[in-house]
Amino acid sequence: MRKMNEVIVSMENITKTFPGVKALDNVRFELRSGEVMALLGENGAGKSTLMKILSGVYTRDSGTMKIFGKEYRDLTPKQAQEAGVAIIHQELNMCKHLSVTENMFLGREKLHGGLVASREMEKEAQRILDDLEIDLSPTQVVGDLPVSKQQMVEIAKALSTNAKILIMDEPTSALTAREIEDLFRIIKDLRAKGCGIVYISHRLEELQHIVDRVTIMRDGQYITSMNFKDTTMDEIIANMVGREIKEKFPRVKCEKGKKIFEVKNLNAGRMVRDINFSLYEGEIVGFAGLMGAGRTETTRAIFGVDPKESGQIILNGQEVKVHNPQDAIKAGIVLAPEDRKKDGLCTKLSIRHNIALPNLDLLCNKLGVVSNKKETEMCDEAVKNLKIKTPNVEVNAANLSGGNQQKVVVGKWLARNSKVVIFDEPTRGIDVAAKVEIYNLMNKLKQEGIAVMFVSSEMPEVMGIADRIIVMCDGRITGELMAEEATQSEILTLATRFEKKIADGEKEGGAE
Amino acid sequence: MKQKQPSAVKRILSIRGMGGALTAFAGFIIIYLVFGLINNQVFTGNNIMNLLRSMAKYLIIGIGQSYILITGNIDLSLGSVVGMSAMLSATLMCAGVNPIVAILITLVCCLVIGVINGFLVGKCQLPPFIATLGTMFVARGIAYMVNGNRNTDAISSGIGQEAANVFQNFFYYGKTLGIYNAFWIAIVLFIIFFFLLQKTRTGRHIYAVGSNIEAAKLSGVNVVATITKTYLVSAFCACVVGLILCGQANMGNMEAGNTYEMYAVATGVIGGISPLGGTGLLLGTLAGAAVWQTLENGLNMIGAQVGIQRLVIGIIVVLAVLLDVVVRRGVFKKKAV
Repeated sequence: MRKMNEVIVSMENITKTFPGVKALDNVRFELRSGEVMALLGENGAGKSTLMKILSGVYTRDSGTMKIFGKEYRDLTPKQAQEAGVAIIHQELNMCKHLSVTENMFLGREKLHGGLVASREMEKEAQRILDDLEIDLSPTQVVGDLPVSKQQMVEIAKALSTNAKILIMDEPTSALTAREIEDLFRIIKDLRAKGCGIVYISHRLEELQHIVDRVTIMRDGQYITSMNFKDTTMDEIIANMVGREIKEKFPRVKCEKGKKIFEVKNLNAGRMVRDINFSLYEGEIVGFAGLMGAGRTETTRAIFGVDPKESGQIILNGQEVKVHNPQDAIKAGIVLAPEDRKKDGLCTKLSIRHNIALPNLDLLCNKLGVVSNKKETEMCDEAVKNLKIKTPNVEVNAANLSGGNQQKVVVGKWLARNSKVVIFDEPTRGIDVAAKVEIYNLMNKLKQEGIAVMFVSSEMPEVMGIADRIIVMCDGRITGELMAEEATQSEILTLATRFEKKIADGEKEGGAE
Repeated sequence: MKQKQPSAVKRILSIRGMGGALTAFAGFIIIYLVFGLINNQVFTGNNIMNLLRSMAKYLIIGIGQSYILITGNIDLSLGSVVGMSAMLSATLMCAGVNPIVAILITLVCCLVIGVINGFLVGKCQLPPFIATLGTMFVARGIAYMVNGNRNTDAISSGIGQEAANVFQNFFYYGKTLGIYNAFWIAIVLFIIFFFLLQKTRTGRHIYAVGSNIEAAKLSGVNVVATITKTYLVSAFCACVVGLILCGQANMGNMEAGNTYEMYAVATGVIGGISPLGGTGLLLGTLAGAAVWQTLENGLNMIGAQVGIQRLVIGIIVVLAVLLDVVVRRGVFKKKAV
């Protein structure tokens, strides 16, 4: 058995810059053998970037990194694997059509005279699975296994490469209570064997069951490390939030008017569960939460992209049936989707054609022939109002900058008289000036009495622009706050309020 | 913000797909001149007339397949529908059915194949390659079956010599204003479908579906209906070509239109229509059909064997797409604004 409590990973002054953002700023991180370390922080705090540097996916700009006492400069994924680092991603990377053994030995198959030594590999796989007390046959096809078992295969695969440092990114998000217990048992086993485990999770209530220490990051910076025993949940949350609000947000005061839009008991799959909310004239309602909280799924269900299991959509007191986006648009409900390249724009088409696309009913005569004149007017108007920077409207949408692309996505919906406008992450990946223009636009809609639903994972932005904040977690609405009274801690507490999957009975850490 | 008004030439050049179409036109002119210099017969009025008439078939099927390619799909059943159309119309006319009625029945049957294709690809989301591979065999099977696994007799045997002459002249042998009717049919269809694609709501939807089906859906485009419409256009074009072949041969041939679906892909692709969808102009298809026909005609005129003809055409297709890829990879890439 390996020595316990010895420092096996030490990273000092790690800095990493991506074009336009400093993802990591002088971060330090330490992992000891025989411990489970929770790495905590909001979305965008830099956790994943740091772990990608440790596993060789990214190279650091500066700083030192030692694994088992040996210093590495520019680590490659292969070197990281040889050094004993294994990462288990949130999205599993398995070949679904291959067997457990084939997946475990993928890329490093054992050969006998040029032929694959299946028998030998199966035996080896069986041995590792037995060691972990995982009840699986090495010949089973991975695609037939439930997600939890696939994850176990990932862990077994990591151990078959002799990994001593295991990084797990949100490992419990897809698991049931029973499966989580299995996973925790394996994690405890590995800890007892002297492995160091980095555990990234937003489910703070789970930490008490396995975590020894926590490291907290915020805004690409190292905040603190502490023994889990010596801290409280409130302290952890207080350390995670408190992002500096650097930008100034243009807030506009408006009289709150009558109710325009209401969603009742909306259900659509696991990520949209019993959603109820209303939008009023003269307010912007922010939807806060962590990534994967079900906000995008909610907007898609409202807009009719994904099928609803149940629920009512009420517009100005009348129920509207929305089976597909056409219905929604006809009723006056529009959505500027999250991923503009994937869902928002036809990048091979011109700005003109993109803006005209949802508005052809307004631009065509009875025979369906597009009126050039009306189209030109509409596009010129949109370019002028939204300050889209382009030489002319015939330019391909693909050739615009991110901010200008976003303006086209928004612009095509503003050309018609909508009653409800849903923005899903409208400012992601665009520069500050363009952000402010999008904010101004939302404010303008608010003043015109249009209901605005504003989904964003950037907490300062939601707090700065929205009048009322609805927080979602794991497909449910977990709370509602008035923006003026809300604090970041409150929002984060609500955003991490997962349904408890395991009982609090067998406490190991002493938190809460 | 003041907008610069680009000059007319610049504006035309900036139309997406115009580059590919113009390149193909240039290729057509070069090919034509080269063959003409080798053999002066190429330049004679008679040859030009024949060339235009033969080109009609390629242009019409090219239009059909181009509609499909622009949505990012493919229609492998196109050639079989041509055969089905030829056999069905000929069989009916041999049985004495009035030509106009025969044409209408044939058209309806062909459009049914189009609807099935649209349903399978649009609604059921089968890969278009597989779905239309299936209907390709089905349509060819029907072409064989309608006259009991035999080619038909001369259509005059059923509807009489006079009516048969009218039918044949209308689709193939007759001339209007000195040009063969087959070419006029092709040009009329070209103008109609060009207008439909460039100027109407349906046309816009077709481009949008080909460019980004998800964005189109989220913009309120009825994707299933749009895809079905393109398969209807394709089936309609195939039907017309089947009638032309029937008129040309005076009978129905079970193998009529064999591999035409691939000729149609080549015609579109040579004209700069991207098989990945979203871009391309029917003007390109016109140029592609011209390139194809002048090559075939020219190689014939200089006495090249069929093998050489195929080989050259194959190389041209690959070169056309290669050029497109090279351009796309950024040789002339514009900077982000």
